[in-house]
Amino acid sequence: MAISLTLFVQMVTFAVLIVLVNRYLWGPLTDVMARRRKRIADGLAAAEEGRKALDQAREREEEILALARERAAELLDQAERRAREIIEEARERAAEEGAQISARLKAEADSEITRLREALRADVARLALLGAERVVEREIDARLHERLLQDVAGRL
Amino acid sequence: MSNHAVSFMESHLKNLTLGHGFWSVHADSIGIGWALGAAIVLTGWFLGRRLEEGVPHGIQNVLEALLEFVDDQVKGIFPATDPLLGPLAFTAFLWILLMNAMDLLPVDLLPDVARLFGIHHFRSTPTADPYTTLGLALSVFVVTIYYHIRSKGVFGYLKTFFVHPFGPYLFPINFVMTVVEEIAKPLSLGLRLFGNMFAGELVFLLIALLPWWFAWAPGVLWAAFHLLVITLQAFIFMILTIMYVAMAAAEEGDAH
Repeated sequence: MAISLTLFVQMVTFAVLIVLVNRYLWGPLTDVMARRRKRIADGLAAAEEGRKALDQAREREEEILALARERAAELLDQAERRAREIIEEARERAAEEGAQISARLKAEADSEITRLREALRADVARLALLGAERVVEREIDARLHERLLQDVAGRL
Repeated sequence: MSNHAVSFMESHLKNLTLGHGFWSVHADSIGIGWALGAAIVLTGWFLGRRLEEGVPHGIQNVLEALLEFVDDQVKGIFPATDPLLGPLAFTAFLWILLMNAMDLLPVDLLPDVARLFGIHHFRSTPTADPYTTLGLALSVFVVTIYYHIRSKGVFGYLKTFFVHPFGPYLFPINFVMTVVEEIAKPLSLGLRLFGNMFAGELVFLLIALLPWWFAWAPGVLWAAFHLLVITLQAFIFMILTIMYVAMAAAEEGDAH
């Protein structure tokens, strides 16, 4: 096999082909693959970030819920206490009012009793005088026996 | 063998040659090599306008898988990242793969087409032509020399001829052995590819000599087997290219 131009033409072809392949195939393809690799890595990192954020949010949610539960219990407690107070107050006021009313009624009844007693006493005195008149068969001079009458009336 | 068979074989094993002596040119090997090279570059050029950064489809997917495969081999063998070695190995693999695959065309297809244009000898497999394979191997050899000089300097490179493998006191033997070794590398690289493809072509030609009603059976079998050889030889050429370059780029002493 003698050395011929074919050998060198094929060598030059190979060299040119390497340059062209590097320019149009290897270069763009490795670029696009590197970009894709980066994008996938970024995506994974973002997913990791999101997962972390979600965890944090969950923790925060738990905290807020606990706080809210505590606050609700507190409010409930307060409300109960307040309700008890109101009931107690109402009960006290009702008792007070009842006592007042009963006292007033008692006073009214007392005064009525006194008045009736007075009236009764006067009636009795008159009746006694009338009885005495009958007994003595003589009209007792009212003016003469005023003192007697008073005395009877007073003793009744 | 009958006269017909001999002339059939002879005519199919003769390149379309233009010119004489040193200035002779195998137009068929070069032309098909250029056509396949252009196919690779044009594919890349058309693909480059609509590369997808998302999920790759179709030919982009195939080329990305091949590129990654080649790149993995390069990274596995070559210690540092290198802007030349990747494209070199990738180009060698793709181009040789396509040129080898020309062997799968029916042996008479392209010669018959050529005959329509008044061309009497045409070989369709450029890698069955030793000029192509040795040209490739010589290119790799040149690249290895560049890496040798880059890693050791001119003097350091020349020194390796005298101190390996037996140390400086046996330098004449070292020189002869290293020269043989260095020459054997590209020669074996080129001749291995040539031998495999030439043998494949030869068997296809022999099968084509069988009667047509029988030829298809061994033809299918040999094509199936040859499919393996085509891929394997392209792969071996690529791997050895990377190995030789890596050995050349290694610091003195690491290479052996």
